[in-house]
Amino acid sequence: MQRALQRIAHEIAERNESSREVVLVGIQRGGVPLAQRLREALSTIWAHPVPMGQLDVSMHRDDLDRRAAPNVQPTVIPFDVSGKTVVLVDDVLFSGRTVRAAMDALNDFGRPTCIQLAVLIDRGHRELPIKADFVGKNVPTSPKERVRVRLVTPPGADEVILEKP
Amino acid sequence: MSWTRKHLLDIESLTAEEIVTVLDTARAFKAVGERAIKKVPALRGKTVVNLFVEPSTRTRISFELSELRLSADIINFTAEASSLKKGETLKDTARNLEALNTDFIVMRHSASGAPHFLSRVLNASVINAGDGAHEHPTQALLDAFTIRERKGRIAGLNVTILGDILYSRVARSDIWALTKLGAKVTLCGPSTLVPKVFEEMGCRVTYDVEDAIREADIINLLRIQHERQRKTMFPSLGEYSSLFGLNKARLARTKPDALIMHPGPINRGVEIDSDIADCGRSVILEQVTNGLAVRMAVLFLVNGGKGPQEVAP
Repeated sequence: MQRALQRIAHEIAERNESSREVVLVGIQRGGVPLAQRLREALSTIWAHPVPMGQLDVSMHRDDLDRRAAPNVQPTVIPFDVSGKTVVLVDDVLFSGRTVRAAMDALNDFGRPTCIQLAVLIDRGHRELPIKADFVGKNVPTSPKERVRVRLVTPPGADEVILEKP
Repeated sequence: MSWTRKHLLDIESLTAEEIVTVLDTARAFKAVGERAIKKVPALRGKTVVNLFVEPSTRTRISFELSELRLSADIINFTAEASSLKKGETLKDTARNLEALNTDFIVMRHSASGAPHFLSRVLNASVINAGDGAHEHPTQALLDAFTIRERKGRIAGLNVTILGDILYSRVARSDIWALTKLGAKVTLCGPSTLVPKVFEEMGCRVTYDVEDAIREADIINLLRIQHERQRKTMFPSLGEYSSLFGLNKARLARTKPDALIMHPGPINRGVEIDSDIADCGRSVILEQVTNGLAVRMAVLFLVNGGKGPQEVAP
């Protein structure tokens, strides 16, 4: 997994030449620890610190009246996103609805020059026209299965678990 | 995550875990109020009726602004300008409102239990914004939020509620919330307004103001509710002020980090000296700010409580 993250970091660096314009935003909760790992890798590649924020999308979800209220986590964006290239980071890309909500939520903080999407696992089954720019691994799944990503410190024993129903 | 309720009627029936869920959710909504764009689409397309059968300014404004910041459509309804004056019953008024496909009814009423009654006859979510002398749940939640934010915890704190306890729905809701969260609550005021029976709610009752404030971490002052008192409960406001009012001399005998709270409206010179209301230890205006966040959190949570309860992965 660490290798996949390193590769994503290098792809982000390759795609974005003006490194000072890039900020990372992790989507609560799974995307936040991944964004932290990516920040470390990118800061090493670029030899300067990379700003990072965390975004909770609960208030922008499209299924709020179809489910119990989600657990709202803090949103902390300690920089102006206007004019920046925002790399949204999440652990698993599935229906695409979380990313849609994240783009709406991000809109309230300013107008980024561009938004890119980095995910560790793309499990397919998109319900919206959304595609990741950087993917750690494509994992074919059935819609009924669950995919969980567990990150531990130090990074040696990270795991991705595919749960059959 | 532990919220599955469709209504917020009182604090008495909530668990400590549910109260903590509201406080945690409110923290995220407080951050929304500090942004340039203070609005989120969580209740887009939903209709809220603010049914205030008893006068209210700050609670109604706070609810209205919370609803607007959640993108809900709102209708304000006051008793003076309604058919309640023409002899319509509360149930019929509410059923008419529901026939307009409203999703939430936020209700203030002078009769204890009125919101509970509506919750049984309507499909809409009902939020109690104060019923008689019974409960004022969102006030207790914002008080708990303010205490937790300032002190970092609630368990183990000494909270003194000083003033008119008998006629106060704020006192009852505060007592439920704070004791459930592990605070030690002391009640103080004229004996006619602080009956010993409150000890059954797990509080200490004292009529000695010095004893009540000496060890207090929080001093929550309550207004004298003249409008609810059916007879004279103490000789004069001047006497009340000299015996129970928080003045400089009394403040000097409290813990240096004790916080002063008040649900408002404050009566300067009666329960609180003017300069104390404005001093650095007073968190009265923070309570108002936090009230918005807590009410947004409550609306957000009960909205989820209306849906099926399985949580999508």
